Amino acid sequence: MDSELTRMTAAGIAALVAAGEVSAVEVAAAHLDRIEAVDERVHAFLHVAADSALRAARAIDDRRAAGQPLGPLAGVPLALKDVFTTTDMPTTCGSRILEGWRPPYDATVTGRLRRAGIVILGKANMDEFAMGSSTENSAFGPSRNPWDLSRVPGGSSGGSSAAVAAFEAPLAIGTDTGGSIRQPGAVTGIVGVKPTYGGSSRYGVVAFASSLDTPGPLARTVLDAALLHEAMSGHDPCDSTSVDAPVPPVVAAARQADVSGLRIGVVTELNGEGYQPGVITRFTEAVELLESMGAKVTEVSCPHFGYALPAYYLIAPSECSSNLARFDAMRYGLRVGDDGTRSAEEVMSLTRAAGFGAEVKRRIILGTYALSSGYYDAYYGKAQQVRTLITRDFEKAFEQVDVLVSPATPTTAFPIGERADDPMAMYLADLCTIPSNLAGNAAISVPCGLAPEDGLPVGLQVMAPVLADDRMYRVAAAVEAALGQRRGHPLLDEANGLGEARPGQEGRR
Amino acid sequence: MTETITAVPYDEAIARYEPLIGLETHVELGTITKMFCGCPAAFGAEPNAAVCPVCLGLPGSLPVTNRSAIEYTIRIGLALNCSIASWCRFARKNYFYPDMPKDYQISQYDEPLCTDGWLDIVVDGIDFRVGIERVHMEEDTGKSLHVGGATGRIHGADYSLVDYNRSGIPLVEVVTKPVPGTGTLAPVVARAYVTELREVLRALGVSDVRMEEGSLRCDVNTSLAPRGASQWGTRTETKNVNSLRSVERAVRSEIERQAAVLDAGGRVIQETRHFHEESGLTTSGRSKEEAQDYRYFPEPDLVPVAPAAEWVEQLRATLPELPSARRARLQAEWGLSDLDMTALGNAGALDLVADTVTAGATPADARKWWLGELSRHANESGTELAALAVTPAQVARIAAIVASGALNDTLARQVLEGVLAGQGSPDEIVAARGLAVVSDDATLLAAIDAAIAAHQDVAAKIRNGKAAAAGALVGAVMKATRGQADAARVRELILERLGQAYPLRDP
Amino acid sequence: MSITREEVAHLARLSRLALSADELDRFAGQLDVIIAAVARVQEVAADGIPPTTHAVPVTNVFREDIIVPPLGAGVVLDQAPAAEQGRFRVPRILAED
Repeated sequence: MDSELTRMTAAGIAALVAAGEVSAVEVAAAHLDRIEAVDERVHAFLHVAADSALRAARAIDDRRAAGQPLGPLAGVPLALKDVFTTTDMPTTCGSRILEGWRPPYDATVTGRLRRAGIVILGKANMDEFAMGSSTENSAFGPSRNPWDLSRVPGGSSGGSSAAVAAFEAPLAIGTDTGGSIRQPGAVTGIVGVKPTYGGSSRYGVVAFASSLDTPGPLARTVLDAALLHEAMSGHDPCDSTSVDAPVPPVVAAARQADVSGLRIGVVTELNGEGYQPGVITRFTEAVELLESMGAKVTEVSCPHFGYALPAYYLIAPSECSSNLARFDAMRYGLRVGDDGTRSAEEVMSLTRAAGFGAEVKRRIILGTYALSSGYYDAYYGKAQQVRTLITRDFEKAFEQVDVLVSPATPTTAFPIGERADDPMAMYLADLCTIPSNLAGNAAISVPCGLAPEDGLPVGLQVMAPVLADDRMYRVAAAVEAALGQRRGHPLLDEANGLGEARPGQEGRR
Repeated sequence: MTETITAVPYDEAIARYEPLIGLETHVELGTITKMFCGCPAAFGAEPNAAVCPVCLGLPGSLPVTNRSAIEYTIRIGLALNCSIASWCRFARKNYFYPDMPKDYQISQYDEPLCTDGWLDIVVDGIDFRVGIERVHMEEDTGKSLHVGGATGRIHGADYSLVDYNRSGIPLVEVVTKPVPGTGTLAPVVARAYVTELREVLRALGVSDVRMEEGSLRCDVNTSLAPRGASQWGTRTETKNVNSLRSVERAVRSEIERQAAVLDAGGRVIQETRHFHEESGLTTSGRSKEEAQDYRYFPEPDLVPVAPAAEWVEQLRATLPELPSARRARLQAEWGLSDLDMTALGNAGALDLVADTVTAGATPADARKWWLGELSRHANESGTELAALAVTPAQVARIAAIVASGALNDTLARQVLEGVLAGQGSPDEIVAARGLAVVSDDATLLAAIDAAIAAHQDVAAKIRNGKAAAAGALVGAVMKATRGQADAARVRELILERLGQAYPLRDP
Repeated sequence: MSITREEVAHLARLSRLALSADELDRFAGQLDVIIAAVARVQEVAADGIPPTTHAVPVTNVFREDIIVPPLGAGVVLDQAPAAEQGRFRVPRILAED
C-alpha cells in the first residue's frame, strides 16, 4: 500500500483521505518513508520535517473525524522550495549565508498551504537564491534527476522537480524567475507552472529578481498542478504587486482538456538552431497532436524574443544585486571575521565573500555594473525597453492566437558538471522560458515524451496571456490525456534513475 | 582631517562674496504606522520592539505603502504651492550601512511626488520667495548607539548597538532651489525659511516638527561667489544641523570658512560637512576612497503612485489656513504693527495669544500677559512659552477677572503664580487665597492716613503740587493692604486727601 | 564592451564582496563574455520605447494607516549574530559620508 500511495496523484490521495479510506498520517508516513529510502540518492530535500508533517497530517485526520469540511488537497504531502519562509523549518535558499536561519514569519503561500490542509514534508533543494538551472549552485550539493542520477533535475526549483519525479511528494512548490519551474519540470518529466506574475504572492519568498519572481506549482499531472495553483493563489494585500482579481478557473480548464477550435501559435523564434533534435521531434509531434484534436495551428513570429535572454541577464542580476544586499551579517544569518578589530564594512565583505557561491557573486557584480551610473542607460535601461518590446510581441501574437507553444527547453537534462564552469552555456537552458517572465504572462510545461536519442523527458511549453492561465491548462491537459492514452501508462513509469522503471504496467489515476 | 584656515570675519566675507544657499529638510511624518508596514511609528518604544519583517528587512518581506503618508506628502506639496505628479515611482537608493536593514533605502529619485513650488518668507521687512525644487518620500533608518572609545561617538567606538524602531518611519524631504540675493541676510533667511516651513508643517498637522528629537532635520548647502562673478561657486552640504539657531550659525560659519579658502586662493571642495553645536563650526566629512554610486533604479516591489486629480483636490480642500495667511488676518484683526507681529512670532506667542483671544480675552490683554509676565517666567525657567503650565483659557480667565474689577494686576499675578505652581484654576486660587480688591474707601483711607503719617516728607511734596511723588505712598498703601487694594483708587484718594485736583497724571 | 579586472575589483568593493585574487581573475574573464553577450540589447532599435519596470501594470496600491502588532524584540534578536541591551550588536561602523 505504501509504495502505491506515493505513486498516486494528489487528487487521488485527497479523495481517499476525504473518504476516510486512508488517513493523512498514513499518506505522510508513506512519503516520509519514501524520502528516507531514496533521498540519499536524489537529494531533493534540504530539510525534512517529519514531526511537523505528521502533526499536520494528524490535524487533517482530526478535522475529518470531527466532520469538518476538508479542502480539495487536504492531506496531500508537498515539497516546499527552500526560498519560502517557514516558521517551523529553516529557510536557507540553498545558501551558506542563511544556514540555520529560522524566519519569524510564514510566507503567504506557506500559510495558504497550511490552511488548505496540505502537509509540508520539508524544504526542497534549489540553486542558491534561485540562481541557476541545475541545482548545482546549491551550497548543499546538487539534486539528481530521477531519470538518470548523473544528470541535473533542472533548476532552480530542481529539488522540487526531483522530489515529485522521484515520488517523494506528489506536489511541490517552486519559483519561476526565468524558467525555474518550467525548465526543471520539463527535464524531469513532470508538469511545471509559472502563473501570471502577481497571481501568486511573493510575500515571504526570498527575493531573487522582484519583477520576475513567480511562485507556482509542480505536479505529476496537469489536474494536480491546477488544484495546487488554485490553493496557493489569489490576491495578497502584503504584496503590492499581487493582482487583485479572481484566480483564473484553472481546475475547470484542466478537467475540460479540450482544444477544439483553439487557435495555437508556434513561435518561430523558439525553434531550430541550437535545439536538440529529439526535443524538436517530440515538440513537432505534440503540435501535430494538437492539430489532430481540432486546434488551429499557425506559426507566429515574436521578433524580439531573441533579445529576451540578454535582457533577462541584465534585469535579473540588477534586481538581485540590490535584493541580496541585505545579507550583510548584521541582523541574521552568517557572520564571518568579527574579531573585535574589524569594521562592520570589513565583516560584511568577508561574510558575503564566504557566504555566497560563485554564481551569486557573478550576478551581484554583473547587476552592480548594469546599474552603475554611466552604464544604467546602456544596460538596465535598454533591457527594460526590450522588455516592453517583448511584451508587445506577446500582445500582437495573442491578437492572432489564443495560446503560444514552444519547446520548454532547448535540450533534455544535461549531465551534472557539464555546464558548471560555463555560465553562458548554463544560461541557455532558460532560452524558451524567459520571454514569459519578462512579459509576466502565464506559461506551463507539460511532458510530451522522451527524446529518442537519450530517452529523457521533453517538455511542451504553452504560453497564455496575462490572467488567462486557464487556457494553457486546457491545452496541457489535452496533450497529457492524448499522450497518456497513446502510451498506455504515465510517462514517469519509465523513469529508471532509481532502478524502478515499470514499463508496461497500467497507469493509475 | 585638520583644517588650519582661519575664518574671515563675517562682514568682510560678505563684502567680497555673494552667498548662495539651499536647504534640504527631512521631516518625520506623524502617521500612526510606518511608511511600508503596520508597525507603530510612535517615538519611545523599547529598542527593537516596534519592528516586523518588513522594517527589519527580513528576507522575503515586502513593502506596502501607507496611504496616509502619501496624503500627508501631497498636502505638504500643496501647501508649498507645488505641482503634484500624476504618476511617479519609488526608487531604491543602494548603499551599505548597518542601520539600514535592506542595505538600500526606498526613496524617490527622478520622479518626486511634488515639484516646483515656493514658500514666501519675510526677513527684516524684505520679502523672499524660496523656490521649492521637490518634495519627496523616503523611509528612515535605524539608530546606532556607539559603545566604547572616549566619547561614545562613532569615531573610536569599539562596536555599535542598533535599534531599528525608527527604521521605516516615513520621511518627507523638502528640497529648496538655490536661494539667490540674500546677501548679508543669508544665515537669517535660512533660519526664517526653516522656521516658516516648520510652521506650515505644524499647521498641516503632518509632523510634530521637533528638531531636538530629530523629527525635523536640516542639511544646509552653501556656496560663495566673488561679487560680480558670473558663475556660482562650489557648494558644500552641511549636515547635522538640528536647531533653528544652528541653521543660522552653520550658514554663517560656512560663509566665513569658504571666504577664507577663497581668499587664500584655494578652491572650495564639494563635500559633506558636519556642524558642531558646541563650537559653531563645520568640519569635513570622511573623504571617500570612491565616489558614492547609489545605483538608483525603480523599486520593483512597489507599484507606481498615480494620484487622480479628484484625490488631489479633495486633499487641497483639507488644507488649513496657512501660517502666513493667518498671521496677516490676525494682524489686521488685532490692529498690530509689523514690529508687534514680529515680536509675537519671535517669542513663539502667536498661537498662544490667538488661543487666548479665542478664549475671550482682548488682543491687548492676551499680548500683555504672554509677552510680559509669562515671557519673564519662561525666560527664568529656561522653557518655551508653550511649555508653561498655564493654558490660554486660564490666561483669558485671569484677564476677565481683572476686567471685572474683582482683581487688580498685582493680585492677578499672584493668581498666575498659583496656576503655574499647579494649585488649580484661576477661580480656585482666588477663592482659596481669598483674593479680592479692597474697594471699601473707609478701609483704604485708614491705610492712606497711616501712610501719610509715616511719610510726612512725601506728603508735603504732594501738597506742594508734585503729584508724581504719590507713587511712594501708593506703594506703602498697597503693601499695607497686601496688594489687595485697587492702586488707581488708592492714588485718587491720596491726591484728594492731600488737596490735589483729580485727575492728575504722572509726567 | 569589455570589463577589466580593475573594474571587477571596484564593483566587488561596491557590492561588499571580499573576492580573492583567483576569483577576480576568473570572474573578470567570465563577466567579459557575459557582458559581451548581454550587450546585444543595445542592438535593438528602442528609440521612444518606454521601459517596463513592472510586468503587470497596477498603480496606487496602499495600506490603511492601521497598526499591525510588531514581532517583539525577543523574536527578532533571537536570530541576531550578536545582541546586547535589546539591540543588534554590530562591529564598529566607519563614519557615514
